[in-house]
Amino acid sequence: MTLDIKLAVRKGQFALDAEFVAPSHGVSALFGPSGCGKTTLLRAVAGLEPQAEGHCQIAGSHWQKPGFCLHTHKRLLGYVFQEPSLLPHLTVQGNLEFGLRRTSVDKQRVRFDESVELLGVEPLLTRSVADLSGGERQRVAIARALLTSPQLLLMDEPLTALDGASKREILPYLERLPGELNIPILYVSHSTDEVARLADHLLLMDSGRIIASGATSELLARIDLPLARSADAEVVIDAHVESQDIEYQLSQLAFAGGQLNVAGLLGGRQRVRLRIQARDVSIALQTPQRTSVLNCLRAQVLALQPLGESQVVVKLAVGDTPLLSHITRKSADDLELKIGMEVYAQVKSVAVLNPICHPEATQWP
Amino acid sequence: MDWLTPADLAAIWLTLKLAAVTTVLLLVVGTPLAWWLARSRLRCKPLIEALLALPLVLPPTVLGFYLLLLLGANGPLVSLFGEGAQLAFSFPGLVIGSAIYSLPFVVQPLQNAFTAIGQRPLEVAATLRASPWDSFWSVVMPMARPGVIAAAVLGFAHTLGEFGVVLMIGGNIPGKTQVLSIAIYDRVEALEYAQAHWLAAGLLLFSLLVLTLVYAVNRRSPLSVGVVK
Repeated sequence: MTLDIKLAVRKGQFALDAEFVAPSHGVSALFGPSGCGKTTLLRAVAGLEPQAEGHCQIAGSHWQKPGFCLHTHKRLLGYVFQEPSLLPHLTVQGNLEFGLRRTSVDKQRVRFDESVELLGVEPLLTRSVADLSGGERQRVAIARALLTSPQLLLMDEPLTALDGASKREILPYLERLPGELNIPILYVSHSTDEVARLADHLLLMDSGRIIASGATSELLARIDLPLARSADAEVVIDAHVESQDIEYQLSQLAFAGGQLNVAGLLGGRQRVRLRIQARDVSIALQTPQRTSVLNCLRAQVLALQPLGESQVVVKLAVGDTPLLSHITRKSADDLELKIGMEVYAQVKSVAVLNPICHPEATQWP
Repeated sequence: MDWLTPADLAAIWLTLKLAAVTTVLLLVVGTPLAWWLARSRLRCKPLIEALLALPLVLPPTVLGFYLLLLLGANGPLVSLFGEGAQLAFSFPGLVIGSAIYSLPFVVQPLQNAFTAIGQRPLEVAATLRASPWDSFWSVVMPMARPGVIAAAVLGFAHTLGEFGVVLMIGGNIPGKTQVLSIAIYDRVEALEYAQAHWLAAGLLLFSLLVLTLVYAVNRRSPLSVGVVK
């Protein structure tokens, strides 16, 4: 089952001509610079762009094909707009029930209390929409969309219009969504941070076209794409907690290809997503002796590319897991780095993106 | 104590009936018209808007004159549909005249209210499975409520006070087409100032009361301030 989409929209000077296939589970992120057509593409998928042409097939059902176009209200989708768009004449509860009441009972897969609990909007139910903060509104909007039990949830930069505090308030809810509900999400973003945290599949857009599509961990590490060449290039690694070091308060995380230590005690065997920035990875030819860097991985050089005048981006493989390193051109020449070489990657910093910390979980089996 | 004669009472009753019927008719006709005007991007829209606004600037007698020609005994409607279509000097004729005269007072508040709602709430409703018809009743009309109330009140109040059109097309038949404003005029002509006062002051107070109520209700409505965000 997939999302199979090929849509073209012309709007004055701007032309969207996007084609992609993405898995119909997990989070697929549409990522690209402002003005590249992400929102237009998302709106076209929703049937909100009347001039859109092409086809749009979602998990087996045709929403659009030549000569046939389902009206938006007949597409089984949920849509979260960039600015929280609650209906002002209804209370929070009225907003939540608006879509629920219009979803036939046999199609209701998300229960009212389930969605309310998942987004933490229970205390808001009787409030008037005008009294809510931006973050609260957006949580209500997400809960409202979920209550239509959509086949596909479309989210258009749901965090962009919010301030930093509201963003941090909502991100944990978003991270829980795919795990709790089996609803695929198409997520528009121009923030690498959100993509790293949320996306399983990445669709890179530029000037109205999809320029690359693939698993997030693969695409982030593709050195021919702009992501790996930007100053905050990074890779994400899915890992699970293997053991804990109570004395030093560290957790050992296992991933395909090796093991990493992170500070803090993480709960038993849970899956976590790690982020390693390219500027935090240095390269050595021998096992570094007496170093403060805790994580040192055996790796192979997969590719090298100059980055500006003074830098080089190096793609490494630790087992099956790609890793990026930004080093100076001088260092690359001094080490005589070549494709296929065996090296040691020293990782200075690992961020755990979705930690559910259990500091009390000291009774490790 | 005969401060209101039977003829006065008949004029008051007829005026209220005319205003009520006209208001209902205008809401039924004006709502789709205003919706179309708020959404349409047709090139000819300014012309249609100008036509609808004509009653605001024309002397009512001009309107009444053409309506009289149209609906009168020798008018085109009679020659097309026979004697039954002669509506001049009858209540239906008054309703048609009043409706045309008060049309902009109903359509413009509605159109402004619809325009202010914008596209987004409709898109939101569509993504929540509401058909366009459903959205109109469950989103547009509740959100436009202050505009709808304003349209109804303005239409009603404006019809209460009309004079020229009614005089031209309805004449001045007591109990049949004599409305309040004309009754007042008659009293003044006959130098019955006390009688004129009762009617004029009554109309003034009634209009003030209704308008105050509307403004009070609209201020209390959260919609008058809460625009969709």
